[in-house]
Amino acid sequence: MARLVILGAGVAGHTAASFAAKWLGKKHEVVVVTPNSKWNWIPSNIWVGVGEMNKKDVTFDLAPIYKKAKVDYRQAKAVSINPEGSESKSKAFVTVEYTGQGKEGTSEEIEYDYLINATGPKLNFGATPGLGEGTTMGEHTVSVCTADHAVHAAHVLDEKIAKMKNGEEQTFLIGTGHGMCTCQGAAFEYIFNIEHKLRNEGVRDKAKMIWISNESFLGDFGMGGMHIKMGGYVASSKIFAESIYAERGLEWIIGAHVNKVEAGKVTYETLDGETGEQEFDFAMLIPPFAGVGMKAYGKDGSDITDVVFAANGMMKVDADYTPKDYRDWRASDWPRTLQNPTYKNIFAAGIAFAPPHPISKPMKSKNGTPITPTPPRTGMPSAMMGKAVTQSIVDMMNGKTSEPTHTACMSEMGAACVASAGKGLFSGTAAAMTVFPVVPDFEKYPGTGRDINGTTGEIGLAAHWVKHLLHHAFLWKAKLKPGWALIPE
Amino acid sequence: MAREHVKHIESYTPQAGTMIPLGTQKFMRTCVLWQLIRFVAINIKMTILIVKSHH
Repeated sequence: MARLVILGAGVAGHTAASFAAKWLGKKHEVVVVTPNSKWNWIPSNIWVGVGEMNKKDVTFDLAPIYKKAKVDYRQAKAVSINPEGSESKSKAFVTVEYTGQGKEGTSEEIEYDYLINATGPKLNFGATPGLGEGTTMGEHTVSVCTADHAVHAAHVLDEKIAKMKNGEEQTFLIGTGHGMCTCQGAAFEYIFNIEHKLRNEGVRDKAKMIWISNESFLGDFGMGGMHIKMGGYVASSKIFAESIYAERGLEWIIGAHVNKVEAGKVTYETLDGETGEQEFDFAMLIPPFAGVGMKAYGKDGSDITDVVFAANGMMKVDADYTPKDYRDWRASDWPRTLQNPTYKNIFAAGIAFAPPHPISKPMKSKNGTPITPTPPRTGMPSAMMGKAVTQSIVDMMNGKTSEPTHTACMSEMGAACVASAGKGLFSGTAAAMTVFPVVPDFEKYPGTGRDINGTTGEIGLAAHWVKHLLHHAFLWKAKLKPGWALIPE
Repeated sequence: MAREHVKHIESYTPQAGTMIPLGTQKFMRTCVLWQLIRFVAINIKMTILIVKSHH
């Protein structure tokens, strides 16, 4: 009997654990290590953040699900990896520190035969002074990154709405809190859901709404934008995005690195080197992501973290990490099997893998400050990576092969993104976007870098229905209810 | 009236440099019959995308 240890139980980790348990059965052991007691369908946090859903609508307890699936669940955070074992242990192991199950603070070494690193990101609030300390959100802004953050955001929003109903004007600032952020989509959804809520509450005229983002143009989304077929043209997502912002009366500050957050005010620097200040009454600024800070040690106890992890703390996989100029980037730079090149029994999936470079063109301000969205690798790509690495590992554990059998390459896969612009069975709208491939391949698709028949976008009620359908479908799937494996990633 | 949809746009602002949807476009976005058709279309598009993405 071999043991597969999965670090993390987010979209990638939970997908991996679910399929591993299904495919490996009783022949092998599946262990999941996650510091969280609950699973969170993060895309619906924006609805919690405007009071349209409760925390219990987007979360559920992991323990009973893993008990049902016969997965060994450890509520703990991974601290380090010993891929060669140690002087006292011949087998590879991870060191974990418990955060629950009555063993809080105690450490344990868990041996593994195969390891999937799907820890997701560290929410690096501390990267921007005033945005927070380390992974803890500060007091000046709100967040929708976790369900608890979103519950807090909804309370603060209600206070602002009450003020507006009393005739006060309020300024809302939504976007990214650092020049190297990703996940602009979540902030995009949040600003439009707030705008929708303010209209429903009859106070939209009391709100000044401002978008601030590290994107060099609206609609970049960390993917270098995309081109969509629209009205007989192929048009940039810049036009698509600007149109929605202008229609809803939103202002925007782009190419911005927020360098300081204070009570009611941010200061920022833009790509043209100018600095500015923006006052706010309500701000939701996405923090940058970093690796969770795991260390790696050799058999003799030496620090080999830089062998296993990239400088940003994300895990090295089969990508081409050679530093290259933007013009020399290729689709083939992106990893396919997600296998660590040094330790072949270690894989990474989701945000935890180190991308070879951004997708958006790297830019710096005139002062040299990097202001570039980092690549999005959440949602559908995360789940597909989780499933693909599990398929490879299952084949390897069952002795069918010694090499990975499945791939999930972001320059070969598409992504579907449904961005809510307001909730309501008949009044809601969302932007439904498909992009193929996620990472442009200018050799295969000269010009736009993507298949223009597979790269689409439209806004409407139907997309909102799809977002709602996905909410229920993915919660059904994550709870391993009957037929869960038939629901695609 | 078309002007109702653009009255909040100020000249020489970034908002003035893009396209603004008018009444028909906005109506179609929440027209239940049309959106039912789009619902089916979006699901087909996403299904094709998923099938193409699995390797």
